[in-house]
Amino acid sequence: MCGALHAQKCSTAIVNMQHSPSPSRIRSGLSLALCLCAPALRAFAEGPDSIPNTFAPASTPTHEIYNLSLFALTVTGAIFVSVAALLTYVCIRYHSRRSNPANEPPQVYGSLQVELAWTVIPILIVVVLFLTTARIIFAIQDQPEPANALNVTVIGHQFWWEFRYPSYGVVTANELHIPVSTHQQPEPTFLRLISADVDHSFWVPQLAGKTDLIPNHPNESWMDPHEPGLYLGQCAQFCGVQHAKMLIRVYADTPSDFAAWLKNQQQSAVNDPSVAAGRHIFESQACMVCHTIKGTRALGTVGPDLTHLMSRATLAAGAALNTPTNLRAWVQNPANFKPGCLMPAMHLSNEQVDQLVAYLTSLR
Amino acid sequence: MSDQTIPVSGSLQAAYPERGTLLEWLHGWIVTVDHKKLGILYITYALFFLLVGGVEAMLIRIQLMVPHNHVISPEMYDELFTMHGTTMVFLVGMPILFGFANYLVPIMIGARDMAFPRLNAFSFWLTAFGGLLLYYSFLGGFGLYGMGNAPDVGWFAYAPLTGKSFSPGHNMDYWALALIVSGFGTVGTAINIIATTVSLRCKGMTFFRMPLFVWLLLVVSALTLVTITPLTAAQVMLLLDRYLGAHFFDAQAGGSPMLWIHFFWIFGHPEVYVLVLPAFAIANEVIPVFSRKAIFGYPAMVAASVGIGFTSLAVWAHHMFTVGMSSAGNSFFVISTMVVGIFTGIKVFNWLATMWGGSITFSTPMLFCTGFLFQFLIAGLTGIMLAVAPWDWQLHNSYFLIAHFHYVLVGAIIMCIFAGFYYWFPKATGRMMSETLGKWHFWVFIIGFHMSFDTMHFVGLLGMPRSIYTYEPNRGWDTLNLIITIGAFVQAVGVLIFVWNLVHAYFRGKLAGPDPWDAWTLEWATPSPPPAYNFAVEPEVRSRRPLWDIKHPNDPDWKYEQ
Repeated sequence: MCGALHAQKCSTAIVNMQHSPSPSRIRSGLSLALCLCAPALRAFAEGPDSIPNTFAPASTPTHEIYNLSLFALTVTGAIFVSVAALLTYVCIRYHSRRSNPANEPPQVYGSLQVELAWTVIPILIVVVLFLTTARIIFAIQDQPEPANALNVTVIGHQFWWEFRYPSYGVVTANELHIPVSTHQQPEPTFLRLISADVDHSFWVPQLAGKTDLIPNHPNESWMDPHEPGLYLGQCAQFCGVQHAKMLIRVYADTPSDFAAWLKNQQQSAVNDPSVAAGRHIFESQACMVCHTIKGTRALGTVGPDLTHLMSRATLAAGAALNTPTNLRAWVQNPANFKPGCLMPAMHLSNEQVDQLVAYLTSLR
Repeated sequence: MSDQTIPVSGSLQAAYPERGTLLEWLHGWIVTVDHKKLGILYITYALFFLLVGGVEAMLIRIQLMVPHNHVISPEMYDELFTMHGTTMVFLVGMPILFGFANYLVPIMIGARDMAFPRLNAFSFWLTAFGGLLLYYSFLGGFGLYGMGNAPDVGWFAYAPLTGKSFSPGHNMDYWALALIVSGFGTVGTAINIIATTVSLRCKGMTFFRMPLFVWLLLVVSALTLVTITPLTAAQVMLLLDRYLGAHFFDAQAGGSPMLWIHFFWIFGHPEVYVLVLPAFAIANEVIPVFSRKAIFGYPAMVAASVGIGFTSLAVWAHHMFTVGMSSAGNSFFVISTMVVGIFTGIKVFNWLATMWGGSITFSTPMLFCTGFLFQFLIAGLTGIMLAVAPWDWQLHNSYFLIAHFHYVLVGAIIMCIFAGFYYWFPKATGRMMSETLGKWHFWVFIIGFHMSFDTMHFVGLLGMPRSIYTYEPNRGWDTLNLIITIGAFVQAVGVLIFVWNLVHAYFRGKLAGPDPWDAWTLEWATPSPPPAYNFAVEPEVRSRRPLWDIKHPNDPDWKYEQ
């Protein structure tokens, strides 16, 4: 247990090294102040940032949601200001100044006109708000799929994401690569969302609102990032012990980057004879029962496809950075990073782990 | 006890019989069928679990104080948030409000007891044992070695995570059985309140002369009958799935997890109103008395309450905007949800109009009700934001949602419950709670409340989802979470002041007399605490404020009421 904790702390330190703590503290302090003012928050959050801010939309559906939310904020804000002002006024103005408790104020039992007014005005507000909302619901949800859209099947697993590109024969995990979609060259990505086990929810706040992945109930969602970059998200429906570490990374690539990435992913795994010992361990131990490495005997579908493991920045659905040190700790005992995850510790000798990690790090 | 219906001459001053030995005293409480004693039992039971659920919340907040924290294991964290939610809804919210109802409904309508006193006792003990059964899972799940396995799937318990293949232990069984058992108790109480209200009103008390408190509890009870049923049905289906190989929710055998979601929220949304309407009921009594004015627009208040009751049955799928309903389906639940806003708007305006032109004294009950008005305004408006379906695709299951429903449950309901305590404690015990401590309680609690729950909105807007035992340090959530945790500690201090105030007042409080607040409803016409039979002679009323009529013989209400 002690060792496990230690390894976990190491991983934290490694993550921290990438993002020096002081700017992040400044950021979160700022975000509190800026949340009060949506447009300012948006301006602040634009550009490369690791905050999955719902007020920093980066695709068409989230832009529409953002504009709708500003409208709803304005309406509810106006109601808040007027009613809160009324409450404050009443509390101050009618604070008791009775010298004689027997003097009761004049009793008023009601007034039809006034009551009608504060029934009819809210009805009108609700009608306006409803019509605006319904328009956006239909606009986002019933968006027809253009012929050139990229199709990706997202499969939720306890506790990782599987991404399949049926038109390209590519399977990857936890890090979704999609093309940027510009005005000149629109190429939205349409996601088909299914679950392999329990309910999950796919949520990348800057790219699309969340949609649940429910067994026996396929869902759809779409996104079209306007700027290249990395967008963060995570599972938003409690799915078990490691729900917290079911993170999503979406890379919006330029067309050329995306084509290059696809080309690499379509290849079979690198076959480097210098790490054959590690490959032998992979194929003779239970690893191959759960994982696929294209071009080898490993065809398992329970865990993530590892054919191009080293093309991914993180391990275990974002639980740790994908460095050889972390990979070693992970293979030795997955509970180091994700206690309760479904990958078992294989109880390999140190030498076997070294050989296996050498093999895995060759999978570019 | 309850069958002691013959008025004994001169007995008006008699309180409870002499205590006798400890065993006799205990026996008296266990076998009682007196609605007042059962009400106090409900409230004491709920207060105990309020502290338990509060400790669970504190542990959750300690774990989330900083990113990558290791105070609590992920398994333990999941148990804590599941038990926190289940406890606060089923073992605190409902029992405490039914406790107030039990104590007050019969006295307010001039009755001597509930319609079915024995059913009343049975209901309480079912609820009580339901709670014990739920908590026994901490020990009984894996046997008696410390952390057993308490339910760990969230209080919403979405299938198929609750199935045998994903939850192989006995934790889900404890959860399902405990809720079935306490659900039966709840239904019993609901039937009892309806029967009492319909058949035991005193002479002259027509439906439109009932205090609004009683009206709201009538609506709540009707709603309870409708909502507990689907929950119990769903629990039975879950147990059938787990033990008899049924496939209601078992996705691998072709079952439908969607079915659970529908059943749960057909229960779950009206449940919110089951909890919040009694809170409104308390505000309806407190605000007029401390503003020294009759409630403004009584018929509109009744209509709005009944309207909320009906509408709340048609809004459940606003918890399901992200499950992939059709756009027409989503739109329907947007409009039905916003309609609730119209009804609650009427209520808020009527409360403000009651205060308008009044002569407001900010005693502790009124302070809490004013806090309630302010926080309920915000809770209602964030509710409207969540009803905007596309925005909900962002806000759902984020900390914004957590902030919203804690604004309702803590900012509105718990605040009203505190108001109710300060208001009726003198009636139930004959002693006043301390005003000084009450004001400390109010200010400390409300400062902590706003630190925690205002901040939660922002961390949700920054993309933090619920139910996570830890989070990454680079997401802009660190400082905000630290503030939330500090706020939670401040609230805990507030609650401790309250508990101390209760205990101190029970033994040392100033004597209250029958009517310390110069109020107008019938419970203030009997001694404090009231004798077992409540009223020596059946009262007769001519208006909604019988004590006003007595106190102002030249200007009675019945001259103006239609």
